[in-house]
Amino acid sequence: MSASSEIPAVVPNDAPQSGRSVVPATRPLYWSIRRELWEHRSIYIAPLVAAGVVMFGLLISAIRLAHHLSDLPHFDPAQDGGVLALPFGFAAIPILATALIVAVFYCLGALNGERRDRSILFWKSLPVSDLNAVLAKAAVPMLILPIVAIAVVLGLHLAMLLLGTAVLAVHGLDPSPFWTGVPWLNVEVTLIYLVAALTLWYAPIYGWLLMVSAWAKRAPFLWAVLPPLALSLLEKIALDTSNIGSMLSYRIHGGFTEAFDDDVVGGMHRLPHTGPMHVDLPRIDPAQFLATPGLWAGLVFAAAFIAAAVWLRRYREPT
Amino acid sequence: MACIEARGLRKAYGKNMALDGVDLRVEEGRILGLIGPNGAGKSTALNAMLGLTQYQGDLTVLGRNPWTQRDALMRDVCFIADVAVLPRWMRVSQALDYVAGVHPRFDRFKAEALLARTDIKRTSKVRELSKGMVTQLHLALVMAIDARLLVLDEPTLGLDILYRKQFYDTLLNDYFDHSRTIIVTTHQVEEIEHILTDVAFIDQGRIVLDSTMEAIEARYFEVMVAPEQVTAGRAFKPLVERQVFGRSIMLFDHLGRDQLAGLGDVRTPSIADLFVAVIGAQQSKRPGAAA
Repeated sequence: MSASSEIPAVVPNDAPQSGRSVVPATRPLYWSIRRELWEHRSIYIAPLVAAGVVMFGLLISAIRLAHHLSDLPHFDPAQDGGVLALPFGFAAIPILATALIVAVFYCLGALNGERRDRSILFWKSLPVSDLNAVLAKAAVPMLILPIVAIAVVLGLHLAMLLLGTAVLAVHGLDPSPFWTGVPWLNVEVTLIYLVAALTLWYAPIYGWLLMVSAWAKRAPFLWAVLPPLALSLLEKIALDTSNIGSMLSYRIHGGFTEAFDDDVVGGMHRLPHTGPMHVDLPRIDPAQFLATPGLWAGLVFAAAFIAAAVWLRRYREPT
Repeated sequence: MACIEARGLRKAYGKNMALDGVDLRVEEGRILGLIGPNGAGKSTALNAMLGLTQYQGDLTVLGRNPWTQRDALMRDVCFIADVAVLPRWMRVSQALDYVAGVHPRFDRFKAEALLARTDIKRTSKVRELSKGMVTQLHLALVMAIDARLLVLDEPTLGLDILYRKQFYDTLLNDYFDHSRTIIVTTHQVEEIEHILTDVAFIDQGRIVLDSTMEAIEARYFEVMVAPEQVTAGRAFKPLVERQVFGRSIMLFDHLGRDQLAGLGDVRTPSIADLFVAVIGAQQSKRPGAAA
């Protein structure tokens, strides 16, 4: 048969083709998330830039401190190492704050931009469901950004550790307190816990922003922010109560207080006064956090908002 | 099997009926031109078929309900809604990666081969491409998908004639193979009429003409009437009469070629002329139409 000679050439092309007709459900999700990262490179660039700024500041400070060290011949790392350990906790703050800001603006634009530039008609021409598309977008603030933030902070801590070691070593001082004196495991576990807890706590905020993004024709930021503020103002004027206001403020601040043991939550602020090498970390309290009704209520709202965003993306007219 | 079957398709925006009882049947392997004036309901009809909008009435596309079974339908249907919907930030290579990632019937080699014929670089972003190149890219992506129905809504709007011609030539030569169905809307009817197998005119949310090209050729004749035959021609009640260079051109419906041969040169009207005649007749029938 003449066709038999062609079979070897055809089979390798056909084999994946027959397999391709069944796409695992996770595959469109994976590619949808990847495409979000292509479009929104600020997701990883912004935290990296924040880390770069922190590192640059610390470099300058290390040079200044180094002069200071050489002026003080009696500097004892074992005594004063706590001062050097302090920045590790604070260094995480700008990165986490950056990731939070990126998450907020990402959510506001995620479902609005694709309608404004009409690229939604391209996305919708492919076999990717609205549920899939919205879940991929929700995964950015709820999964991707937290992972990026943790990874960047861990990298920053490593860079800071090496810098501090180098500074001490150059001046002939013992850098070992950095390595042994700082409770590294505790620091990083606290960091990861903090990020995870805040992500869960803020889930309804991300869901709300995604829903407004899917709904608003323009100015999603104003639509997201002003109505809740107007409601709380209205309540204050009309009823002279501030239930809505305190609910909103609890949603913004409550994550910290619920996630950590109340007695030690202020430990960070007392840190400079608690003595050398005593890094008084806030004590994590997952049991208390998981028992907080506000957490679960928030997650229910998050799910409802995301479901509404899926519905809006599906039902809105394409133009 | 019918690729598309619509019965009594309706869609209202407030009081405005965008679709007012559309009946349409498109067999597999046809190339249908859906022609209509602005606001006639073309895009609404296509959006309904693509599951982008809700509607009333019966509509089946490839045996599926496009609204409730949209996700499954999109594996077999592909569309270009507009020339400008490819995301501007995307690189050409990313567009290939993405479609290959999510579409089970995308043949990347075919897309690469189609792109190799153009000047499009893999590393370019869509925003860096000219409008014509964006359309070439979109067409390459779509043609590499082994879809059963391709819907093109004004795919060449705003392109110069070279790109427009190339667009339809590529589509016809490298894509269409009689197992696929294509629906296309455009204002440049004259450029696509030679590739169409079927044509449907839509006006005011209704289908006013739905026919194969063969049937149109058998049914409509345009006669450049000799000056002395004008009165005789008018006696046959032409659908429309217009003057070109002082000569009367009359368009006749349902009259034999033999009957008309005596009046002057008989030929098949262009779709554009037929469109003007049919839609014009429709609009003058409308109550309150301008005299």
